[in-house]
Amino acid sequence: MNFNFTEEQLMIQQAARDFAQRELIKDVIERDEKAEYPTQHVKTMAELGFLGMLVDPRWDGGGMDTVSYVLAMEEISKVDASCSVIMSVNNSLVCYGLEAFGNDVQREKYLKPLARGEKIGAFLLSEPEAGSDATRQHTLAEDKGDYYLVNGTKNWITNGNTAGTYLVIAQTHPEKGHKGINCLIVDRNSEGISVGPHENKMGMRSSDTHSVMFTDVKVPKENRIGEDGFGFKFAMKTLEGGRIGIAAQALGIASGALERAVQYAKERKAFGTVIANHQAIAFKLADMAVKVENARNLCLKAAWLKDQHLPYGVASSYAKYYAAEIAMEVTTQAVQIHGGYGYVKEYHVERLMREAKLTQIYEGTSEIQQIVISRDLLKD
Amino acid sequence: MSNVPDTTTKVRFTDGNTRLDAAGIQWIINPWDELALTRALELKDAGAISAVEVINVGPALTEATLRKALAIGADKAWRIDAETADGYQVAQLLAQWLKDQAFDILLAGVESSDYNSSGVGIMLAALAGIPSVSNVSGLSIEGGQVILKREIEGGQQQLKAHGPFLAVVQKGIALEPRIPSMRGIMTARTKPLEVVPAHPVAARTAYQAFSLPQPKGSCRMVDPEQPDELFRLLHEEARVI
Repeated sequence: MNFNFTEEQLMIQQAARDFAQRELIKDVIERDEKAEYPTQHVKTMAELGFLGMLVDPRWDGGGMDTVSYVLAMEEISKVDASCSVIMSVNNSLVCYGLEAFGNDVQREKYLKPLARGEKIGAFLLSEPEAGSDATRQHTLAEDKGDYYLVNGTKNWITNGNTAGTYLVIAQTHPEKGHKGINCLIVDRNSEGISVGPHENKMGMRSSDTHSVMFTDVKVPKENRIGEDGFGFKFAMKTLEGGRIGIAAQALGIASGALERAVQYAKERKAFGTVIANHQAIAFKLADMAVKVENARNLCLKAAWLKDQHLPYGVASSYAKYYAAEIAMEVTTQAVQIHGGYGYVKEYHVERLMREAKLTQIYEGTSEIQQIVISRDLLKD
Repeated sequence: MSNVPDTTTKVRFTDGNTRLDAAGIQWIINPWDELALTRALELKDAGAISAVEVINVGPALTEATLRKALAIGADKAWRIDAETADGYQVAQLLAQWLKDQAFDILLAGVESSDYNSSGVGIMLAALAGIPSVSNVSGLSIEGGQVILKREIEGGQQQLKAHGPFLAVVQKGIALEPRIPSMRGIMTARTKPLEVVPAHPVAARTAYQAFSLPQPKGSCRMVDPEQPDELFRLLHEEARVI
């Protein structure tokens, strides 16, 4: 068993680390406070190739493996989970979905600009009445012959306003239940689309999250991904891959918090010595470190399985579930270790704690992950 | 380009304290050389120069670092295959290799972060018989003319230069080292890395022994309005008076 990384993987990790520690760190606190979109940073991420890492070079992507993607996501999330969620949605939901299931015409037209980062993608599945239960979509995509007529509302859409390309999951045949759902590629500028106000979120405030409303939006038939009725399966398969990205994000949030807590503990003095020399703190750090290491191994295993073209859906669920849960635990302890300083924005850890919470909720809640894991465990 | 240990390395010595213990060391591009490379690539992006090559004198292990330079954007890398014992050897080996090369500008970082001898750049220019400029903190090309900015005592000097010449560059030559793009990293292995044998050159110096500095002591600040406190500390605690 080889636990070593290749030279390229290490270079990718270092590039992501340098970008995060030099560029993103400069204004991350301010952008979070003001809920300001990281326009310039997204441009730099596109130039550096972070937005189309996994896509085949044939479609203008980086052709990197999932392990490299996990390493990069971790490094960026240590500093800025808003930038890493923008990166994750673009890479592992939108680009992956198009590359794996789209046809060449769709890939040529839509995947290439997304892989280059010239356009940002958004994945529209959640609705006001349908989050975890995606089996029935309230957004309709009526089959009108050579186009679909889309009506409905999507909620909690990351990159909702800044995306140029939407992947929209909608119901075409209500009587067929989840087998009557389709995924449509929709141009953001289509007539009939309106975007709600920017959600005022607890964390990841620098990424834009909106409702998106469709009123009689016409989408050409050729923009449907796969066969008629493939949409639900498409969503589930795509989310499996997206899960790895979010798991790596949660990992990065946790490991960033751990690094800061270790640093603080070595500097802060109390009762005659640095607090790292008190077992109460040292033991907390040990527990945090083991959790982070476990999360990292789960993420890398899921990534490795995907790279080997082996089934990875359950492994990615293990990774996402565990990484999100420990991210909440580790960031909470990091704030605790910082004491009063952990409660103010300047010291970053309070932001990491707010960011960790969302990883337990989106792209499959922890409870959904438990369903996936237990079903797999208990099947005959 | 010098191949140096990462700046957070815990330095240890081996063989009776006569050499650096290379076990577990992460190698990086010498920070000043990285800035020089960044500046060269900025000029290439602007269309002012046509190609950038990096040269290292070292054993096979330096190739990973050379590939980093290729990932960042260099067009070609060279490794002169030798384990060197001092800066003179490095300079002489480079000078001999340089005889067969055509170039306009040669950039050398002012020092390497491991040995810090600040010698190779100038020695190389002298041995190779090419003009050199030191303390260069800025290099631009305007209308085909190379303009150098030089730090001198009390101010700055501006010089015009024409190739081939060597500039020993320091901080300021570029603002921040360039981050390699994903495309750059993935294509680094497709770019040429040529290994050339070294002519036999003897070192002129030999290191007798290395030792680590004493661990940092603590520092107590004393208010200048309280000389009595200072004398008390010197007498009772430091016991020097």
